[in-house]
Amino acid sequence: MDKGKFVERVFFLLALSSISSLVIITIFIFEEGLPLILHTGLKDFIFSTHWAPTKGYFGIGAMIVSSILVTLGAMVLGVPLGLACAIVLAEFSSERLRRLLKPTLELLAGIPSVVYGFLGVIWLVPLIRDHLGGPGLSLLAAAVILGIMILPTVISISIDALTAVPDVYRDGSIALGATEWQTVRRVVLPAASSGIITAIILGMGRAVGETMAVIMVAGNALKIPSSILDPVRTLTSNIALELGYAAGRHREALFATGIVLFIIIMILNFSATIITRRR
Amino acid sequence: MARRLHPRLTQAFAKTLLWALTGLTLLILIFIIVNISIKGLPQVTLSFLSQDPTDMGRHGGIFSTIVSTVYITLLAIALASPLGVGTAIYLTEYTREGWATRIIRFGAECLAGVPSIILGLFGFVLFVMKLGFGWSILSGGLTLAIMILPIIIRTAEEAIKAVPQDYRQVCYSLGMSQWQTITRIVLPSALPGITTGIMLSVGRSLGETAVLLFTAGAALRAPTSLFDSGRTMAVHFYILAREGISMPNAYGTAAILMVSILLINLAAYSLMQRLLRRYS
Repeated sequence: MDKGKFVERVFFLLALSSISSLVIITIFIFEEGLPLILHTGLKDFIFSTHWAPTKGYFGIGAMIVSSILVTLGAMVLGVPLGLACAIVLAEFSSERLRRLLKPTLELLAGIPSVVYGFLGVIWLVPLIRDHLGGPGLSLLAAAVILGIMILPTVISISIDALTAVPDVYRDGSIALGATEWQTVRRVVLPAASSGIITAIILGMGRAVGETMAVIMVAGNALKIPSSILDPVRTLTSNIALELGYAAGRHREALFATGIVLFIIIMILNFSATIITRRR
Repeated sequence: MARRLHPRLTQAFAKTLLWALTGLTLLILIFIIVNISIKGLPQVTLSFLSQDPTDMGRHGGIFSTIVSTVYITLLAIALASPLGVGTAIYLTEYTREGWATRIIRFGAECLAGVPSIILGLFGFVLFVMKLGFGWSILSGGLTLAIMILPIIIRTAEEAIKAVPQDYRQVCYSLGMSQWQTITRIVLPSALPGITTGIMLSVGRSLGETAVLLFTAGAALRAPTSLFDSGRTMAVHFYILAREGISMPNAYGTAAILMVSILLINLAAYSLMQRLLRRYS
């Protein structure tokens, strides 16, 4: 084999590192968690809300519901805010302002999740407790913090989608007498819709998977919330709270929780990839 | 029947609303940065940085956690950089778009979406338990390397793609081999972009908690070997804040973390901008 061919092989092997990591992660998480799901029964594991791992009850129904509610709450706050920033930066602001604001907003992504959680505990939780009632540590607190945390994802992907819309679309619309806003709403946004949907889906993925900030502000109670002021425990917090001391079946149950989370994330990633590719 | 609003009026209304929401977002960002800085930076003295924590972090500084953070981050970068840059070289220099590149890109994209708690679970079962590395710098560094791999691949690929095709053609016309072209011309030209990816990865590593809590552990002593457990700054901050051990020390640690991450990200960003401007 000549040297060039050999070098190419080496690079090919290096390039397989990411996909093989993904495969190994999948194998290990399933290997550890699947036995418990088979033992408990998929239906009982997913739909039962009775989680008492030391007594042999492994039902994560309440956590699945909590994860979904917290994520939806985060989207209600994060999507309009993020989309507004993206539209302003891509369509209404001057080139100079955009060059200043875009990296500034992307700084939000660099702030560690524990810092978000910490500020949530210090500022947001007392605010909710004093003005809205309940313990403060709540679904609402988690949703607000996550809504802020997904902003960088939503903003930067939406901006890319909006700027990818050709200028002739805008010029054509303006030439027909439409206002700038009509142009954005009726022409640019529909043209960029697949990119914006991708941004929202990836933001959802971030929200579902976030752990540390949620543990700190959500209150971690083990039941289906009846109001947004109730404390909740998500799938991610369940893993992180108990992994430190779990053993035997209990530990398997945490990996099984991980499987459910992993599948949710993969479905979101898949749909994002498919939507992007269709474009 | 309600009269339709004049389009100009609707536009004024919509624009005001959108600008207000953008302003709100900026205010949130400013609030976070200012709040942590004002409460935290006064705690940061030379002795805070140079002394080990005592009494679970209630007193003393954060020196040992800085040491653990540096070791784990360096290990992760050392492992992930060759893999990531190698992947980027393969994708840009050796193949056309096809099933192989699609699988590799798909792997990197999915890996980027895997939440850190899943990576923590994985590192815990493989490195800590199965391979017997225990809660250690090694387990933490290995797991973190997987987490930052997609960042390095993406930025390195972007940087290598930005190197003009003419450079390569000149090399070949001078009779250089592909290997020579890559090592002497393409990589040096793309170096600022590759550095950007590495800096962004350092930023990610500094702030990571969920992965390291379950792979590197939380020992407060400074690690002396790869197999020692080590508590990073982010994990230390989390424990201080969550268990209410010391608010001043928590704020101080948070301020150092946040300021260093923001500075690193800012430097990385301007480096990439300069590279892109040079070649466009």
